[in-house]
Amino acid sequence: MATEVTRQRIPPTDEIPIVAPGQSLKTVTEKIADIVLRLKTPLSWFFGFTVGFLLLQGLLVAIMMLLFKGIGVWGVNMPVGWGFDIINFVWWIGIGHAGTLISAILFLFRQQWRMSINRAAEAMTLFAVACALLYPFFHTGRPWLALYWLLPYPNAMGMWPQFRSPLIWDVFAVSTYGTVSALFWFTGLIPDLATLRDRATKRVPKFIYGVLSFGWRGSAIHWRRYEIAYMLLAGLSTPLVLSVHTVVSFDFAVSLLPGWHATIFPPYFVAGAIFSGFAMVLTLLIPLRAIYGLQSYITARHLDVMAKVMLATGWIVFYGYLMEAFVAWYSGVQYERFVIWNRMTGPYWWAFWALILCNGLVPQLLWIRKVRYTPVILFAISIVVNIGMWLERYVIIVTSLHRDFLPSSWGMYSGTMWDWSFYLGTIGLFLTLFYLFIRVLPMISIFEMRTLVPGGQAKAHSE
Amino acid sequence: MSQTFRPHANALARFTLVGALLLVVFLGWLLITLQRSDFVTGANTNIEQPIQFSHAHHVGGLGIDCRYCHTSVDQAAFANIPPTKTCMNCHTQIWATSPFLEPVRASFRTGESLQWVRVHNLPDFVYFNHSIHVAKGVGCETCHGRIDEMPGIYQTQTLQMEWCLECHRAPERFVRPRDAVTAMGYVPPVAQAELGPQLVRDYNIASAQQLTSCSTCHR
Repeated sequence: MATEVTRQRIPPTDEIPIVAPGQSLKTVTEKIADIVLRLKTPLSWFFGFTVGFLLLQGLLVAIMMLLFKGIGVWGVNMPVGWGFDIINFVWWIGIGHAGTLISAILFLFRQQWRMSINRAAEAMTLFAVACALLYPFFHTGRPWLALYWLLPYPNAMGMWPQFRSPLIWDVFAVSTYGTVSALFWFTGLIPDLATLRDRATKRVPKFIYGVLSFGWRGSAIHWRRYEIAYMLLAGLSTPLVLSVHTVVSFDFAVSLLPGWHATIFPPYFVAGAIFSGFAMVLTLLIPLRAIYGLQSYITARHLDVMAKVMLATGWIVFYGYLMEAFVAWYSGVQYERFVIWNRMTGPYWWAFWALILCNGLVPQLLWIRKVRYTPVILFAISIVVNIGMWLERYVIIVTSLHRDFLPSSWGMYSGTMWDWSFYLGTIGLFLTLFYLFIRVLPMISIFEMRTLVPGGQAKAHSE
Repeated sequence: MSQTFRPHANALARFTLVGALLLVVFLGWLLITLQRSDFVTGANTNIEQPIQFSHAHHVGGLGIDCRYCHTSVDQAAFANIPPTKTCMNCHTQIWATSPFLEPVRASFRTGESLQWVRVHNLPDFVYFNHSIHVAKGVGCETCHGRIDEMPGIYQTQTLQMEWCLECHRAPERFVRPRDAVTAMGYVPPVAQAELGPQLVRDYNIASAQQLTSCSTCHR
């Protein structure tokens, strides 16, 4: 286990196996499938699920309040007309990106270590997108009127949405992303669902997994079609990793507001998305592998590689911060300079410097090998990065809006109780969905893990 | 161990996949259709009024001009509901003792207005002005239908925004000469394709761009 590794001299990353020694086709299948089918549900599952479910009830209360009273219950008002709704939307969408990167890009690059974590990371993507979508749907407080500008359909107003607005591009980007991610995830699940169907002993689970596995028998032709479909979906998903958050960043970059109107936004948002996504994968998987004893499958090597991805993307993000400040100075535009100066020393200075601490300084600990191999510290850093990435959106959105060109229209913004309960509620929704996922579906891809153990390489399908 | 599924499960699975797709398409069609139905818009529905006043009789039968009662239609936003006195101009002489008209006489005696029920009710966020439409040659009939054939009055159009825009986007398809505005059963004297653009020029009707600007109607 990882803690044992740290006591000895740590071998180079490449020498640490992706799957711990001593695993066979049988142990892999039994271990992962039994979590769903046979193992007694651990107490911590009930604890985590309850926390998530209670927060989810808070979300329902927050939504009811919003529907009855309107968005006056939120803190948004002129000059800060965009607040928690878009901050949290971007935060959730960003988190989803790691799942797609792991499942699509690393698949095309044949990175075998992805196999242990792609299932859970893709589930995380889907649930994060679900949380994110609540915000555009509810942010007007009148969701039954929200449809016509979200989706172009022949409505009774005889109007189309504004196709020149990045907000409508966003709808297409995110819905494409959600659809492709869901298809990708489900396609990857089919062989494992068939394994669960075959191993299930009770009638009802057998029936449900049977229906979901679409009659998968693991024949050569099934595998051939599966490989083609999965490759095509990976190809489709790959551009989405870059395009979705690029379009999200256009929501800001296409406007003319100092602090938003910056050409560096697309790459720096994409890097930030992957950064936060990997942080969330670590936040979820580190406790999970401890609780379910999955250290043989999610090894120290996985943690190490993910930490390195975080370090790299963290630096791109930090470079983005530096460039924002540099360009503001170099442009010579007083408004641009003011926004950056106001960010650093204005009333929201605490948010900016906390952001630099969380996203800039703390991740530098990941240079140290020992840190990358110590799950507890890695977990703490991942939480810090999650907070930092939330603060990043808070700083970009609030500080750019609250003091614009005219001092007479300056104001302050803070989230109300209902903003916070909505936000915590989406975390509750996320946790609830994720706990249900680990209870009813194999959280690690069984058939892909079989290809990594001795005897699995040539005929992974013929267990 | 017995099989979980019988062979017919395959057919059922295929049917479900196709059926789910069709269901989504059908639900979309249903919502789009329901949204425009009379049930939602209130069109073609008779409304109970305090007196069964017949436009068919007064307009179609007697040939009274719209503006005899709706006096401000060419000068103001509101077309005007006539006061009881307008009714009594004639009904002190004809049908003066009809029990059917007792509520009118009661209103005349007491000064209490008759409480007519509004038939064409636009939402409050829409600014609508009758006078500009009359001045630019939009016939009463174009929006209100064949009033001269309605014993009890009802809304004939959806009053939905797409319906407003149908004309605002292409007014030349609907305008008529000013002297025919109140005519019922109007037929263009020459082809509308020629007359329409001519009237748009003559009456200085604004461009479609201006007519479809948000703030033209949502002020």
